[in-house]
Amino acid sequence: MFGDFDFQVIFDNLDILWDGMLITFLLTAVAIVGGILFGTVLALMRLSKFTPLSILAGRYVDAFRSTPLILVIFWFYFAMPIIGLEAIGGLGSVLIAFTLFEAAYYCEIIRAGIQSITRAQVDAGLAVGLTKGQTMRFVVLPQAFRNMVPVLLTQAIVLFQDTSLVYVVGLKDFLTAADLIAVRDNRVVELYLAAAVVYFVLCIIASLWVRKLQRQYAI
Amino acid sequence: MIEIENVSKWYGDFQVLNHCSTAVDKGEVVVVCGPSGSGKSTLIKCVNGLEPFQEGKITVDGVSVGDKSTNLPRLRSQIGMLFQNFELFPHMTALENICLAQTKVLGREDDEAEERGMKLLERVDLVEHAAKHPAQLSGGQQQRVAIARALAMDPIAMLFDEPTSALDPEMINEVLDVMVELANEGMTMIVVTHEMGFARKVADRVVFMDEGRIEEDATKDDFFGTPRGDRAQLFLSKILEH
Repeated sequence: MFGDFDFQVIFDNLDILWDGMLITFLLTAVAIVGGILFGTVLALMRLSKFTPLSILAGRYVDAFRSTPLILVIFWFYFAMPIIGLEAIGGLGSVLIAFTLFEAAYYCEIIRAGIQSITRAQVDAGLAVGLTKGQTMRFVVLPQAFRNMVPVLLTQAIVLFQDTSLVYVVGLKDFLTAADLIAVRDNRVVELYLAAAVVYFVLCIIASLWVRKLQRQYAI
Repeated sequence: MIEIENVSKWYGDFQVLNHCSTAVDKGEVVVVCGPSGSGKSTLIKCVNGLEPFQEGKITVDGVSVGDKSTNLPRLRSQIGMLFQNFELFPHMTALENICLAQTKVLGREDDEAEERGMKLLERVDLVEHAAKHPAQLSGGQQQRVAIARALAMDPIAMLFDEPTSALDPEMINEVLDVMVELANEGMTMIVVTHEMGFARKVADRVVFMDEGRIEEDATKDDFFGTPRGDRAQLFLSKILEH
């Protein structure tokens, strides 16, 4: 099986791999954007002085963080039809599951980021006449997100790799596509090696890009 | 213009302000001094509602600060405030710092706000630093940008919370000079500071606080001539010793 490697198999199946990569990209992008947006809302709820809101957000985070992602994917896949949302389909249910799951993690990252901004900065925002909301939007959040960039990137990379879990509901992301070809054509080493290289290169590029951004916007 | 009547404030069981009363007339400059932890900063933060207080009443230009129906952002936009550590917004340039509240609070157009901002930067002698971020400026420069930021709102009064305490000695004067100018132009000011030279030069009155109480509230001449209380005398002898 490991005797003669034939990397031609990769080029012969580029279309399948590319389709898988598109799914991976789509999941990652939607979960990052949706997760950060919803995560910000959750973080603001958690930090709210209105106790019911903060408890609600806290429970949400606890619930998702104590559940394996693979179970969350399962549940949403099977739960959607049950609650009458069959039309959403497999991909839709997975997109929702990832976004809600990631939001719990982003919530904690963003909450820590917001808390890293000093009370005096908030006072300065309020003192010039900004409302609490404006102070959050123009003074606290921009600084908080700058501080959070490294952790947000780490989370995004973990997420990017976690997208392969969608195989459990029959979706073909990049790794699942590679796996299918590997088994079908009996070219396991070639495809797993290629997949590893692709993940590695993409993650390195993302890291370098973020580092460049950080230098550019250094404060 | 600013009336503080019988204000008391507690952090839990600890009383930080104890029946504080004083008043500041339009155009008056009042220096607040006292040992650290005496409640000076807390008192001026009560004036623009950054700190809530449990008892008493503060009015600014006829508006009650503690009233639930008071539009605090609007009131604060009329009261300039300077902080010990400047508190410029580090993610914005000097000019952007000055323009933010002008556009978001007063609703000025961008170019109008920038024009105003540049004029104020000229006034504090920092025009060439307009595009720099706070981290690229010295402490004294940052504090002058902060003064420009406050002035951009056309404040009716200004609060200074130890504006020179975090500065290196050689930068203190560049900030005090701007403050003296403001005082001479008739700005209503409450200044928490240990700079007794500044107090002698421009203060109309000096308020001395200790353990949350206003112990002395006297004209400058009376205060530096013959402070009545022992504590004030002790405090003055300590800070004027060197």
